[in-house]
Amino acid sequence: MKAPVISSWFGRGQVAAPPDIESAALRSDRFRLEREGDWRRLEDIVRRMEGGGLKRIADDDLIALPALYRTAASSLAVARETSLDAATLAYLEALVQRAWFQVYGPRQGFVRWLKDFLLGGWSRAVRALWLDICIALFVMVAGAIVGWLLVASDEAWFYRLFPAGAGETRVPGASREELLKTLATEDSAMGLSAFAAQLFSNNSAVCILAFALGFAFGIPSLMLLVHNLAMLGALLWLFDGQGLVVELAAWLSVHGTTELFGILLSGAAGLHIGRSMAFPGNLPVLEAAAAAGRRSAVVMVGVVIMMIIAALLEAFPRQLVDGADSRFVIGGTMLTFWLAYFFLYRPRPSGDATLPEAG
Amino acid sequence: MSPTAAIPARSSALARDNRRTRTLITPEGLALPITIASRGSRAAALVIDVMIVVFSLVIFYLVLLWVAGGLLDSTKISADGPPGGATEFLLVIFSLIGFATWYGYFLVQELGPRGATLGKRMVGIRIAARGSARLTPEAVIARNLLRDIEIFYPLVTLFTLLALSNAGEDIGPLGWVMTAWFVLFLLFPFFNRDRLRAGDIVAGTWVVERTRTALADALSTKGAAAAEGASELTGVRYSFGDAELAVYGEKELQTLERMLRDAQPEALKAVHDTICRKIGWQPGAGDERAFLEAFYAQLRARLEADMRFGKRKADKYS
Repeated sequence: MKAPVISSWFGRGQVAAPPDIESAALRSDRFRLEREGDWRRLEDIVRRMEGGGLKRIADDDLIALPALYRTAASSLAVARETSLDAATLAYLEALVQRAWFQVYGPRQGFVRWLKDFLLGGWSRAVRALWLDICIALFVMVAGAIVGWLLVASDEAWFYRLFPAGAGETRVPGASREELLKTLATEDSAMGLSAFAAQLFSNNSAVCILAFALGFAFGIPSLMLLVHNLAMLGALLWLFDGQGLVVELAAWLSVHGTTELFGILLSGAAGLHIGRSMAFPGNLPVLEAAAAAGRRSAVVMVGVVIMMIIAALLEAFPRQLVDGADSRFVIGGTMLTFWLAYFFLYRPRPSGDATLPEAG
Repeated sequence: MSPTAAIPARSSALARDNRRTRTLITPEGLALPITIASRGSRAAALVIDVMIVVFSLVIFYLVLLWVAGGLLDSTKISADGPPGGATEFLLVIFSLIGFATWYGYFLVQELGPRGATLGKRMVGIRIAARGSARLTPEAVIARNLLRDIEIFYPLVTLFTLLALSNAGEDIGPLGWVMTAWFVLFLLFPFFNRDRLRAGDIVAGTWVVERTRTALADALSTKGAAAAEGASELTGVRYSFGDAELAVYGEKELQTLERMLRDAQPEALKAVHDTICRKIGWQPGAGDERAFLEAFYAQLRARLEADMRFGKRKADKYS
């Protein structure tokens, strides 16, 4: 049984065989000495790939890589059956393993992946989570209603949901003017971009928490959603008392349609993991969790992008654009955009899309 | 020390290693052994990585402060006035870069061809997909997002609570809850066979040791092991009969190979004595290496010839 000597197909990289093949006493050592050149060439390519990506590798080396890898793999299989040279076996095992990581490793870099992600991968992942999104949406609406009802029945709940800081004017009993003032615009954009950056870090940290907590069967994620939305419900109740609910909704909608959508998605992503661990279906629990985790991670990268947009919206248009109508227009446009992007935009998956659709 | 005497000590080390050895089936159907990284090396890698990120952020922050100080001086604006456009810009840069560094550091490096961060590379481990699947960007993202709730979120909360309670505030049972949370995730890798942390479970990854073995010289081309080889010292050609070669198996052969490669003269002498006694030769002195090389080559030739007929002799007892 003789493995093909691949290096003879390519002029470059042909390594001269050691001159002393004839002096090798053992048939298995002659086998090794005949193929050593290919192994060393493979090792060299793999080392350069590990060192600096694909750019520094010559084209014919890249073309030769899969063939060299299979040669080394078949050499290993043959050597296991014919050779007792422990050093060679250990070398081949390590070499084949290293080459395996390169041949079957992450083929796309982060930039390629990001492009695929924006052009369809993201919306596919979101659609795969539709059931979890429905559950999370239901929980969020319920949370807002619960918040409203709690505060309506007992004002003490308001302070429990909003631990009021000094100078906080949004408290029960506040006058209409005071409340309107909190919705007013700023005079200039000074300081707003710093505010935006802070908001972004803070909000995406909350979202990542909501996602990661899904690990505990999704229950903490849902609790986080209920808590956040109960705060919103209490705020709505407060402004409703002064007949300002439309103004508040307009003020919130500018960034809220993006931010709440993002929170909804991160809660759904967390729930997706928790649900797949609690009800793994036909798969082993670990595999179900891993598949759900990868799907949810895609959604989470998108949520971080949404949080950047929400923070920019919150800092600039919300503080600078006045009037309920124009605020509603901005918020509504964003909501329409997200819905269209997630549910209407359905490009064909590209050839090597690795993301499995949820069954 | 004889090759056979060396075996018990080694086999206990082997047994310890075996608990971390898994088999990976490549798409070609080849079984490759891989070794799960130990918990200690993973912890060390994490500490190194966190230190790199934190120190570079601190240095970056100090440089920014220095730049901002220059800005304030040149414009004659007092530091506690409203932030000027330039300082505000620096503030934005800092918070965005902090976020990007924290997640980018792990993501970009683990997605690279090494599959490891700087810390992991230093301790010689890398991440891989469980089973024989391809490692995907989604998996790397998932495992890194989860690290926050496993370690940093509870730690930061605990430190905040500690500071609060030192300031005299009543923190209630929250401290215990966070401690339990932290300990739960910290102990996670101790309660499953593959030493997975929660992030690994969700991402479908595991952390394995990075192997890097150099190809050793072929033994049969040198000295008395070569085809027409004879001792360089005495010119004797050692040759062994079937009965003399039948006493040892593959395990002893590979121990002998290791000793020939490591080449400690005293150890070789002891092995030489043991083998001579075992096969009934009178042990001489001075030409141990040539004797062992010849014995190795002929024992291996015999065992490999048997292998071709499907006959394997694992060790001297079989």
